[in-house]
Amino acid sequence: MMTFILRRTGSLVLLLAAVSFITFTLFQLGPSDPAAAACGQECTPERVAEARVALGMDQPFLVQYADYIRGLFSSRMIGAPGAQTLCEWPCLGKSFQTNENVADIIGRSLPYTFSMAIGALVLWTISGVGLGLLAALRKGSPVDKFIVGAASVGVSLPIPVTGLFLLLLFVNQLHLLPFTTNEINSPFGPQGPGAWVANYLLPWIALAVLFSASYIRVTRTNMIETFGEDFIRTARAKGLAPRTVTFKHGVRAGITPVVTMLGMDIGLLLGGAVLTEQIFSVPGLGFTAVHAAISGDLPVTMAITMLAAFFVIVANVVVDLAYAAIDPRVRLQ
Amino acid sequence: MTPLNISTKKANAPAGDTAGSTATEAFLEVRDLTVKFPTDDGVVSAVNGMDFSLERGQTLGIVGESGSGKSVTSQALMGLLKGTSAQVTGQAMFQGKDLVTLPESAMRPLRGRNIGMIFQDPLSALHPFYTVGHQIAEAYLVHNKANKKQARAAAVDMLGRVGIPSPKQRYDEYPHHFSGGMRQRAMIAMALICEPELLIADEPTTALDVTVQAQILDLMSELQEEINSALILITHDLGVVAEVSDNVLVMYGGQCVESGPVDEIFYDTQHPYTLGLLNSMPTLNSAASRLNPIPGQPPSLLDLPRGCIFSARCQYAELAGDGLCSNQRPELRVEDGHGKRCHLSGPQIITIRNSR
Repeated sequence: MMTFILRRTGSLVLLLAAVSFITFTLFQLGPSDPAAAACGQECTPERVAEARVALGMDQPFLVQYADYIRGLFSSRMIGAPGAQTLCEWPCLGKSFQTNENVADIIGRSLPYTFSMAIGALVLWTISGVGLGLLAALRKGSPVDKFIVGAASVGVSLPIPVTGLFLLLLFVNQLHLLPFTTNEINSPFGPQGPGAWVANYLLPWIALAVLFSASYIRVTRTNMIETFGEDFIRTARAKGLAPRTVTFKHGVRAGITPVVTMLGMDIGLLLGGAVLTEQIFSVPGLGFTAVHAAISGDLPVTMAITMLAAFFVIVANVVVDLAYAAIDPRVRLQ
Repeated sequence: MTPLNISTKKANAPAGDTAGSTATEAFLEVRDLTVKFPTDDGVVSAVNGMDFSLERGQTLGIVGESGSGKSVTSQALMGLLKGTSAQVTGQAMFQGKDLVTLPESAMRPLRGRNIGMIFQDPLSALHPFYTVGHQIAEAYLVHNKANKKQARAAAVDMLGRVGIPSPKQRYDEYPHHFSGGMRQRAMIAMALICEPELLIADEPTTALDVTVQAQILDLMSELQEEINSALILITHDLGVVAEVSDNVLVMYGGQCVESGPVDEIFYDTQHPYTLGLLNSMPTLNSAASRLNPIPGQPPSLLDLPRGCIFSARCQYAELAGDGLCSNQRPELRVEDGHGKRCHLSGPQIITIRNSR
């Protein structure tokens, strides 16, 4: 088990290095000129050249990359020679827009994204797996058909439609929930967990409707297959209670594909739910990334891209570990 | 339908014996057991009126080719078809209870406790995510008031009884750590941990290689004797049947075509299908280089023929005359505990046997 974790962590580091290099290269070779973007509109060629020096872009490409990576491990000086400022660890560069440390911007956005992801995750896992299991247990019944039908509708509803509909209904018409505010980004804040839930409930529901649909399908298919397995018949032949047969023997074996999906989706969602954050005006990573991209704020865009990749890669490793915990046959390999 | 009594102890029980346990009631008494599966293509008649009985300590071998309804019969007895689309009718009296009509909630305490079952493929029948020992202890815990420690001790003891070396260590291993033969031993340990009075083994040796088959059969017979349980052994292997059975029931198209004591089935064969089965077995000293299969295909269970179910493949159907075999389904006739479902007379069968 230990070697398994070590090997996985090793490949994680290698992957991250590759991702960071590719991302860095893409942004350097991309069509937009960071120097021109940094100096703003109506720039003279001289000022662009100055900006280039200030950004360190006069250096060879590999030196720039090495500097960037160095910032991940220690503080470093940034800016033109003579006008350097300290970029504190972890240094991901400074925003072209506000000259703020990119790490600070990300640190500010993360709690919003976490708040959104956690609730949505819990909601869609419970509803997706629960309804999928129910459909599998009642295969062919009206309940099953209704759930499968609802899943088809749910998966085809885009976030802007569900999101705006929810806002219109619960905030505008029924006045049951407040409009989302930027002041709450943690259940442990001064407003308390109740306000946190109320603030994020609608985005959670919007995301859950979209995601749980595919969870229902995957759970249903896999559970139907698992319930037909020989070991389920054995469990019944032992005289076990239906609940034990269903959960201990059935769900434990049939749930592995759902764990994979869940890991991937958590990774994706932590990188920022772009549309959802836009619609509900939640200033999370997705929201910040969109605004940075529009205004050509390259350091911010790049940092968020890398962070999103990081989350996906870490989620992959966590899924592998979860697999090993669930299925003893994996541990040998 | 005439009930067939395979058990010699009950050879002359009244035909209309009613439900409820009486002194003369056999340990397991199955009457007119019928299983139908409604499908999109029509109703599949998997089992069509099975009658048999069994006493404790005895072994009944049920033989037949794939799709003859052997496994479905065992699953119906075990109540594993409850809650599915299968329609099970008839009667299966066991300890004064009718296994066919017993609700699932009343059936569950019997499973594993009074009726144990051994399945064909121990790798797929054991749960891949739990240790072998845990799965055996689990079977013990459902039916016994015991704590985990006691269940563990019972399971370790049982693993030892089925001949698994160093059972204490093997307890904590997973099914994929076991060899095929060891897995089937573990499966037997699981089925027998509560010492059930009735044991159903559904092709227990089919997935094993020949050298292990004999060991497993010996082990099953040994434990059956210890516990004094009744054993239903389902197989397509006549050799296996000959080795361990007291009585044999030959199934074809969901019906019993011949039944009786094992020696009579092998040496006084009364049904052309059984003859065909015996004839298709390869022997070591035969000069023929080819096997002798029964020509044709088993009947479609969706649309059974009006006459004898075997008539389409029977070489001797003409002998009965008047198209009798293809028009009228023969009843199961029992004489001295030997039953056959065939229009041909005894002398005709003897002539056929001698002509081979």
